[in-house]
Amino acid sequence: MRTPLTIRLFASMPRAGWVALIFFALFAWVWMPIAHLALPPEHALHVSSYWVSLLGKILCYMVVAVAMDLIWGYAGILSLGHGLFFALGGYAFGMYLMRQIGRDGAYGAELPDFMVFLDWKELPWYWWGSDSFLWALFLVVAVPGLLAWVFGFFAFRSRIKGVYFAIITQALTYAAMLLFFRNETGFGGNNGFTDFKRILGYGITTPEMRVVLFGLSAALLVGVLLLGRYLVTSRFGRVLAAIRDAESRVMFIGYNPLHYKLFIWTLSAVLCGLAGALYVPQVGIINPSEMSPANSIEIAVWVAVGGRGTLVGAVLGAGLVNLAKSWFTVSFPEYWPFFLGFLFIAVTLLLPKGVVGLWAQRRSRRTGQDSVSAASAARSPETAVAGQISKSTRGATA
Amino acid sequence: MKRSFHATFRSGLIGPLLAVLFLLLAAGKARAALDEAVLAQLASGDFSARIAAIEAIGAAGGEDARRLIAALEAGELGVVNGRVVVLSGGVVTDAASGAALAVDADVVDTLRVNNRVRRAIATAKAALDVSAPARETRLAAANTLRDNASETLLPLLERALGKESDEAIGHILRLAVARIHLNAAEPAQRLKAVSALGQSSDPAVRTMLEPLLSPANEPDALVREAAADSIRAIERRVAFAQHLGTVFSGLSLGSILLLAALGLAITYGVMGVINMAHGELLMIGAYAAYLVQNLFRAHLPQWLDWYVVAAIPAGFFAAAAVGVLMERTVLRFLYGRPLESLLATWGISLVLIQAARVIFGPQNVELANPSWMSGGVALAAGVVLPYNRIVILGFGVFVLALVWLMMNRTRLGMFVRAVTQNRAMAGCVGVPTARVDTLAFAMGAGIAGLGGVALSQIANVGPAMGTGYIVDAFMVVVLGGVGQLAGTVWAALGLGIVAKFLENWAGAVIAKILVLVFIIAFIQKRPQGLFALKGRFADN
Repeated sequence: MRTPLTIRLFASMPRAGWVALIFFALFAWVWMPIAHLALPPEHALHVSSYWVSLLGKILCYMVVAVAMDLIWGYAGILSLGHGLFFALGGYAFGMYLMRQIGRDGAYGAELPDFMVFLDWKELPWYWWGSDSFLWALFLVVAVPGLLAWVFGFFAFRSRIKGVYFAIITQALTYAAMLLFFRNETGFGGNNGFTDFKRILGYGITTPEMRVVLFGLSAALLVGVLLLGRYLVTSRFGRVLAAIRDAESRVMFIGYNPLHYKLFIWTLSAVLCGLAGALYVPQVGIINPSEMSPANSIEIAVWVAVGGRGTLVGAVLGAGLVNLAKSWFTVSFPEYWPFFLGFLFIAVTLLLPKGVVGLWAQRRSRRTGQDSVSAASAARSPETAVAGQISKSTRGATA
Repeated sequence: MKRSFHATFRSGLIGPLLAVLFLLLAAGKARAALDEAVLAQLASGDFSARIAAIEAIGAAGGEDARRLIAALEAGELGVVNGRVVVLSGGVVTDAASGAALAVDADVVDTLRVNNRVRRAIATAKAALDVSAPARETRLAAANTLRDNASETLLPLLERALGKESDEAIGHILRLAVARIHLNAAEPAQRLKAVSALGQSSDPAVRTMLEPLLSPANEPDALVREAAADSIRAIERRVAFAQHLGTVFSGLSLGSILLLAALGLAITYGVMGVINMAHGELLMIGAYAAYLVQNLFRAHLPQWLDWYVVAAIPAGFFAAAAVGVLMERTVLRFLYGRPLESLLATWGISLVLIQAARVIFGPQNVELANPSWMSGGVALAAGVVLPYNRIVILGFGVFVLALVWLMMNRTRLGMFVRAVTQNRAMAGCVGVPTARVDTLAFAMGAGIAGLGGVALSQIANVGPAMGTGYIVDAFMVVVLGGVGQLAGTVWAALGLGIVAKFLENWAGAVIAKILVLVFIIAFIQKRPQGLFALKGRFADN
């Protein structure tokens, strides 16, 4: 790498991208505090606390979508268990928030309420040190990262890919959900962690704290976008795309896909964990239902709706689907599953490249090398035929 | 307590003393008619005396005793002026002679019973029943006596043993005798009893023997040793029975997994489509069974027991119809793109679950259990194989045979195998591949529907019932692979049995996680699991 890093980073995005980022930064860090804190509630441009929390939550989802896009859109690894990493980050930080409640809980004890309820006398060993903010941050990164690394190492080493990898990750998050639902595992059972009061001694429900959390979520999103952009335009990103499109060929050329996949997979899990840690204080609760297989699949849908293989697509998809969801669940709660289900079907059938692809089609302009579309690759005549024939070899030995 | 002055006077003075005396008298007689003295004792207010009297009556036996115990059980015995009378339908008769008495029903004091007395009544009744002609009656009586018989009944038990031809009842009676002997005075008798009890496979006997292990309760060392041996023998038998029970419940879980996964293996094998809505096809089969049951309730209530049989084709065709619809409208366009088909079918599953919620409501629905499927076979004490599980196991075998016949003995099966092995070539020689796809998918969906009918008999039927099985079914398919039924069968049964053994050892949740780890490890060892493609196209 001869070019300096800063130059490379600047060159990794077209000018429009930078302009959009700057606008977003102004919106999140300048406009939002003014609109929520400075303007009086009766002002036309005042943003209510409901919207600050909702948008902050959606920013966290966008981070998750970008993390998902990095592995699915760019490396061809579909995970149906990413909700697990998100929830683990949330749990790691949630325990710190539980400890911050201190003696203000319902039982007025040192231990979190749910442990008092179970008649526990001391913290289990894995929660030692959870009253320290820095240790909690370390856990947020380390727990999802470590789990992803171990799981990924074994799965990628035995070359489990595609659909089987997806199914096994789904089973993983399902098993974890069952584990966290148990009362005796020390994760608050069915109710999880809730009733938070403070972060670092500051009240968690104050408007200032809400704006700060929103700003942090925005900062995380910007950081993740820049990092992702840097990665996918680097040589590393091109190897990833090659692995996505023809893994065996990449191996025969002399690369070891294991390291590339493991790195991006672990990174993706860590990003999810960070998003989860920011999500929990804004929503005020974390419980095992975050780990349900349905939640993880929804993440894949955000990316599919927005457009795989483009970072902006992931962000757009997460925003659109979640805004639609909050609108539906308020207005027609019983129709939301229908809408989501048909959205799944329609996007896979009609919009293989997502909303971004639609827009690009309208502009009828190539979006360039950075968004090699997985869908078109999958449907190119050569691979389609290979797919047809490959099925023919499966039964031949049986 | 409402008692006449006479009764109070008597019982207070001589009740307990008389009790012992008459007891000995009554027990000594082989077939006494109702003894006046025993009756007097029954009339006394003291519960211990009353119990002794009841035992004496049971040991004595005979028609009169049977009548008296029955009356006592029905609460028809009373006391008038210290005499026991039977008050039945407003008519008062003397218990001993059976003569009607000119007494008003209002002055009769009904005999009060407490729990101890009730137990004594039950024991006495059992003592009378133990030589009854009907086997069930004798068996129930023997079981009661095994736990409650006292020394008084020993001669009676010996007599009954001499006459008993049924092995099972004889075994129970021997246990009852041995239990009485355990409290005998001389060690030789106790030793014999302990060895006899070692023949049992009943955990209750084990608790009976346990006190004998400590020197405080059992002074004789030989007896203590024999008791330890007997307990070990019983534990061995109990453990064996429990293992058998675990294997069976593992098989039954495996048969359910098989029913859930067979259809998946077919649809995946032929088309490479990962059908995430497979669990919802199970749900459709279960709801079809529910609808058939409602039809039977409304129109053929006398045949209600057999609605399950009618539900089998209904479940199959309902799920197959939905399968055809799915394949024609969505999946047809996604062949060769497994990940997209996965997402689209997940969408279908959401729609189906919500549709079931709208149509049938979000609550679980109730299905009748046919009488021929309730109950079970007792393998040993505490290990019961329920009939419905046995039926489902048989049903799993039946469906498996059906699939095998369809795949290997029909023209459609031949086409399906041809398309599975080489789609392009099959198309070239004139196999209508698109139609085979549709039919194969319908078949897989229909088999899922059959699985749903089976599940409706043992699990909750609700809109989201399928989601619980989908992960497990996929695990079976991952482990067993496609292209051959054998892999799926072995994987399902193996997973079922392993899961049940782990459950006994570590609890259900840990077992699930361990099974998952086990599968990942297995795929490490044998990456060519079933999904392994060989050669150049292993990439897709």
